[in-house]
Amino acid sequence: MDFTEEQLERYSRHIILPEVGGKGQKKILEAKVLLVGAGGLGCPVGYFLAAAGVGTIGIVDDDVVELSNLQRQIAHSVHTLGMKKADSAKKTFEALNPDVNVIPIRERLDSSNTMDLFKDYDIIVDGTDNFPTRYLINDACVILKKPLVSGAILRFEGQVTTIIPGEGHCYRCLFEEPPPAGLVPSCQEAGVLGVLPGIIGGLQATEVLKLILGKGKPLMGQLLIYDALGTNFRKVRVPKNEDCPVCGKNPTIKTLTDMPEEYCSI
Amino acid sequence: MSEIKIDKNLDIRGVVCPYTLVKSKIGIEMIELGQVMEIILDYPEAAVSVPKAMENYGHKVLKIEKINEKEWIVQIKKEVED
Repeated sequence: MDFTEEQLERYSRHIILPEVGGKGQKKILEAKVLLVGAGGLGCPVGYFLAAAGVGTIGIVDDDVVELSNLQRQIAHSVHTLGMKKADSAKKTFEALNPDVNVIPIRERLDSSNTMDLFKDYDIIVDGTDNFPTRYLINDACVILKKPLVSGAILRFEGQVTTIIPGEGHCYRCLFEEPPPAGLVPSCQEAGVLGVLPGIIGGLQATEVLKLILGKGKPLMGQLLIYDALGTNFRKVRVPKNEDCPVCGKNPTIKTLTDMPEEYCSI
Repeated sequence: MSEIKIDKNLDIRGVVCPYTLVKSKIGIEMIELGQVMEIILDYPEAAVSVPKAMENYGHKVLKIEKINEKEWIVQIKKEVED
């Protein structure tokens, strides 16, 4: 195990953990994780994964940093206003840990680029803010059999779930179709407590590291719901649906399709 | 008394805590189950903390010996997989 002296120092608190050790840290350094979204969730997930030493972190986001993002999107700053979020996050993560290769992907996911972008990564992290992309990511992960760690936040509530295609549920087992447009308000319309993505993103990053290490039990077949006002965590069981249109026995969804942009946003 | 066969030597003289443990942990990961690693160290606290941590990982401490004014030898037998 050829760590540099600097790496031994940087990762010392990982290496002495029996569940990680030198071998686990090597796995982390060799892992490739794709973050979809460099917003509220993508920032803390990427920040902690970079600190942990995840060797390759891809970031898909075509937005630019705005002042209203800085209340919760901790990888960006007043120095990166107007910059593409993928580039701003790259700058922050690489400053934290030069072991990490951050690949900015300044694109919006759609049915034409998703499969190609996902294929080089071990684990996908969903930190998006709209249902069309969320369903696109789910379907692509099921088709490609890639583990997906999904997070969502609104107001004072957040949710996390880990999807392992072929083993547990998928997003469509939970909600077969997205809700009608306008039914679920967006963060823009409803607001979000700035620290909330830190909690949910922290949980997502933990799930990613557990998957890389092969330790513990992933949040599979379950949805974890956090209510910040009541300081309450609860887990809801989500069984795999045998009739699921994408991961069931006789899937009807075998390729990706785009939903109308205005379908709905969260 | 028969001599214990040493499969790996680890010299961590000059290394301080917690890197005494970091290097010992990586060392033990590099040997096979049942093999023995002999550590030589000179950081006094590590003569206690490294064997204790190794026991907590599930390994067996065969020997802790102060060999001169400043140095200790610690022998660890690997008893659990990493």
